[in-house]
Amino acid sequence: MMATEFMWSKSPRHPFTAVARRVFGSLVPTLGRELIDRIGTVSTEQQRILIVMPAYNESASVGGVVKEVFAKLPDVSVLVVDDGSVDGTARAARLAGAEVAVLPFNLGVGGAMRTGFRYALENDFEVVVQIDADGQHDPSAVPALIAGLALADLVVGARFAGEGNYVARGPRRWAMLVLAWTLSRSVGTRLTDTTSGFKASGPRAIALFATHYPAEYLGDTIEALVIAARSGLVIKQVPTAMRERAGGTPSHNPIQAAAYLSRAWLALLFAHVRPASSYRVGVQS
Amino acid sequence: MTLTSYLLGIIAAGLVLVVVVELLRRGRLRERHAVWWFLAGLLALIAGVFPSTVAWAAQVTGIEVPINLVFFVSIAILFLVCLQHSAELTRLESKTRTLAERVALLELEQRKPLARDVPKSD
Repeated sequence: MMATEFMWSKSPRHPFTAVARRVFGSLVPTLGRELIDRIGTVSTEQQRILIVMPAYNESASVGGVVKEVFAKLPDVSVLVVDDGSVDGTARAARLAGAEVAVLPFNLGVGGAMRTGFRYALENDFEVVVQIDADGQHDPSAVPALIAGLALADLVVGARFAGEGNYVARGPRRWAMLVLAWTLSRSVGTRLTDTTSGFKASGPRAIALFATHYPAEYLGDTIEALVIAARSGLVIKQVPTAMRERAGGTPSHNPIQAAAYLSRAWLALLFAHVRPASSYRVGVQS
Repeated sequence: MTLTSYLLGIIAAGLVLVVVVELLRRGRLRERHAVWWFLAGLLALIAGVFPSTVAWAAQVTGIEVPINLVFFVSIAILFLVCLQHSAELTRLESKTRTLAERVALLELEQRKPLARDVPKSD
């Protein structure tokens, strides 16, 4: 993009060329340096990676998912956050070899994830990857997400970006498309799957989310992305295959889709009008 | 207005103030929450002792029937108190959430004190 702009302006004395050269010329080396710095940190050090798995009454699947993660990714730590389950989820996860943080009552995905981010921050993990305990996220896609962190602070594994066979149909799909378009514009990256829970966070995102991961409905997906973007984090999307969820059927009811979309809009709106001071990092406890 | 109704107004307002102050004194009500109730009691006392102030205020604000001003102010105060309670509830929920997360992590740490300390010692 930047190179072609120089070629378009034929006269070197054209004022635009001078301005462009001054602006972009100084920008390009900086970008390059930052890129090399970021890649350097990834390839030289052995990163400490934490898989955070929020689980609410998932005793049937959580053990299998934890074992699969350990089998495919031998060097990671796994923290299952039992979000007030009543079916022995914690026990199943512990038996599979995971660390388990048990929330005394149900807080929702946002609360479970913030617990995970706090744990990561306090135990010096550099990467947090969220994987759902129902098995819809394939652990073999985790290295691709982590590789994406070389150029970003937050990497979202997206369902509709070409890989996998997940298809949402009807009003629900339209709602998701509208939402993806709006959110992409507001965070400055093209996102196709805004409600994906399959995300990898780098050190800056961990520090931010340990204090400010929202607990409201849709907060863990939409608002978290806006918070990250407003705090200057770089967000990136990586295509990942998703499996069908073990339980629960997504709704195709137009009224529910409309309700979902309007709540999503509301979440988006409030995420944007919230005062910037409410996202300050480093004021906790 | 009869003397009885005049006295009733004053006594009711006085009672509100006494209850609010007593709750404050015993530490059963925090200042933050007492302020609206105190304001309501004070206004009621003023209106009770000097009924002409209500008539005057209604005239100033252009309200034809003075009692409507009383209703308006009462509802406004109740509304503000409700709103304050909702905000307070939100604050408490967010604190409870933080505590719950903290408890979960402390419990996790307490389950395996040795495994955590080993890598730190070397």
